[in-house]
Amino acid sequence: MTAWDYLLWVAFPYAASGVFVVGHLLRFRYDQFGWTSRSSQTYENRLLRWGSPMFHYGILMVIGGHVVGLFIPKPWLEFFGVTEHMYHLGATWLGSFAAVLTVAGLAILIYRRRLTKRVLLVTTVMDKVMYVFLASTITFGTTATVLYQIFGGGYDYRGSISPWIRSLYSLQPDPSLMSDVPFFFQLHVLTATALFLLWPFTRLVHVFSAPLGYLVRPYVVYRSRDAPRGAGSRPPRRGWEKSERPLERSRK
Amino acid sequence: MAQMSMIMNLDKCIGCHTCSVTCKQVWTNRTGVEYAWFNNVETRPGIGYPREYENQEKWKGGWVRNKRGRLQLKAGGRLKKLSQIFNNPNLPQIDDYYEPWTYDYDMLTTAPAGTQSPVARPKSLLTGQDMDIKWSGNWDDNLGGSQETAAQDPILATMSEHVKMEFEETFMFYLPRICEHCLNPACVAACPSGAMYKREEDGIVLVDEDGCRGWRMCVSACPYKKVYFNHKTGKAEKCTLCYPLIEQGKPTICSETCVGRLRYLGLMLYDADAVLAAASIENDQDLLDAQRACFLDPFDPEVIAAAKAEGMADDWIEAAQNSPIYKLISEYEIALPLHPEYRTMPMVWYIPPLSPVVDVVSNSGSDGEDARTLFAAIDKLRIPVEYLAGLFSAGDVVPVELSLRKLAAMRAYMRDINLGNEPDERIPNAVGMTSETITAMYRLLAIAKYEDRYVIPKAHVETARELEELGCSLDTDGGPGMGGPGSAGHSGPYGNTVGMPLGATVDNYNTMTGRPSATAPTTPGRVNLLNWNGKGAPQGMFPPIADAGSPA
Repeated sequence: MTAWDYLLWVAFPYAASGVFVVGHLLRFRYDQFGWTSRSSQTYENRLLRWGSPMFHYGILMVIGGHVVGLFIPKPWLEFFGVTEHMYHLGATWLGSFAAVLTVAGLAILIYRRRLTKRVLLVTTVMDKVMYVFLASTITFGTTATVLYQIFGGGYDYRGSISPWIRSLYSLQPDPSLMSDVPFFFQLHVLTATALFLLWPFTRLVHVFSAPLGYLVRPYVVYRSRDAPRGAGSRPPRRGWEKSERPLERSRK
Repeated sequence: MAQMSMIMNLDKCIGCHTCSVTCKQVWTNRTGVEYAWFNNVETRPGIGYPREYENQEKWKGGWVRNKRGRLQLKAGGRLKKLSQIFNNPNLPQIDDYYEPWTYDYDMLTTAPAGTQSPVARPKSLLTGQDMDIKWSGNWDDNLGGSQETAAQDPILATMSEHVKMEFEETFMFYLPRICEHCLNPACVAACPSGAMYKREEDGIVLVDEDGCRGWRMCVSACPYKKVYFNHKTGKAEKCTLCYPLIEQGKPTICSETCVGRLRYLGLMLYDADAVLAAASIENDQDLLDAQRACFLDPFDPEVIAAAKAEGMADDWIEAAQNSPIYKLISEYEIALPLHPEYRTMPMVWYIPPLSPVVDVVSNSGSDGEDARTLFAAIDKLRIPVEYLAGLFSAGDVVPVELSLRKLAAMRAYMRDINLGNEPDERIPNAVGMTSETITAMYRLLAIAKYEDRYVIPKAHVETARELEELGCSLDTDGGPGMGGPGSAGHSGPYGNTVGMPLGATVDNYNTMTGRPSATAPTTPGRVNLLNWNGKGAPQGMFPPIADAGSPA
């Protein structure tokens, strides 16, 4: 193993996860106003009506597939009677379907963003950088699947990439697992890691606002004017807080 | 609970758009909301702003009663709404409002000398390109171009009689609109993030800009299309009923600047637990009475006791008793809600305009202020009355007729008084009123004193917090700390301080402005010479001018 192996498969992923976690916490703490999907639907809807649901439903399926493939160890699935052959068929066919949806959706979205003048003008530099990494991650992943899984003999990434990721989470990183992984899988992993690094600084933060609470909350929300999150009263600046009994302060 | 509500007297609206312009100056003169008018004035008949917003078959705003008798958002249940989160199929496009633009003013001063005068061309604020202006927020103002567009007016489409949009035979009036601050707000119910809320204290519906994630469900759920998507920040924005002013007991900017003085602001007490049942009532035309039944009598001892038990302050109960809104909705019953059939229980109500009727009567050469002529005309002029019913009572003409007859009676009765004739008691009796109530109603509607139109109690903050932010009590004029940091100088309510003043909030603004200062001495009759700037003649400094009775 070379220093490059340690750099790419240990240092880089850990740095990216650190930035990912801390970045999200800081952004949530200091920039909730900027925390939005920044929809451009009011500008253009004809293309978005197809592209956005295709991409989003596709990518949700892709994420689901990745969770099963990467985080559930092979023996666990085999315990439930899912053999390597069954898994491979499922992953390849369902995965291909999801990939077609995602790639087609993304293509529509990028076409729209580039060629609709109104939408292009509100696209920030960060958006463009994010699009590069998102699109390359998806492209490399799809290329790898097509090359190795559909036309090749089939590559068992559950014997290399998956244990490598789990080795990162168990804090016993094993970069040797990644050295012999096919090239496009390596590229896919690297661009994905870079995307995670950028994630907290892009509009992708909206993923963590998936409003599932909506299904269970009462329809009409009431809030008191004096509630801590309510409007009307600005908290004092640092250093200008009024002195309070510590008891009261801890109660807040 | 208490609800800060508004009523607009449409007879007095001259369509000058002052409310819209001042509102825009205060709230929406920012990038991203150039196209948004929290307050807009529409000419009716007309298709409104955004275009055809009342056509709920198209936009799916508001609520519907489903087969099981339960209330449900017209656009669908919770799961359906979440499944549409990636693309809201009912969202208006910016072109449904209008494409915002500016003019190339620079050209006027920088154009090189030539044979033609330079022209400031319109430029789109979205693309920066030249554009043709084809629509805006009030493009059909004063029925301009209505021969072509008015047929799309959703109210006209539902009317049984054909309305000709020809100059001689048409009628028109203005409809100023703000957010309705509904009792059963569909926008709040549709917000996936829970960032929209109704304030417990005064019922104002607000967006928590930090909590909004830009899912845009509120924009399409509001049947009045009064939630706007800021296309630059990606957040929803809406009319706030100028809550920073309301909290200080002052009217909203649209009310304050209204030239016709047609807006009324005040509290309504209502039973929050009765709202859902009232909004779920089966027949659309019963919704008006169902909503009226939710309102509580602020003079009822039981209501007062319940309000106090809930923690409502005495001055709020008193404000509810003096509320012009309560008088116009519940006592005189002349104000009506806009589109009760949307089942959102709107709280900005309208006094329907008698002027379309009066105009027809006067134009035909008859006496437009005679009670019997007017009553007969209200019965006969089906088109304006039906149109108003389509706006204000889900198509039921009875409440509109009752309201118009009361306005006609007031007009006729007060004319006799103005002309020095013997007032005719039969006129108020014919509409179920007495000479006293009709005179009181006349005072509220026609004289419309500032303090009668706006009965707004100040927001309460905990006394402790107020005291903490008062500053040093010795800093008042004449006190030992006088003139030091924090004393009330002439620079504003918070005085001259070193560094940041503590907690400058809307809550304590009134407390601070009410502090003693050089111009309002603590001890009347005495003036602190150290603080006197040499201008004017403060009371107590000079002996009274001789012969004070004669004009100066």
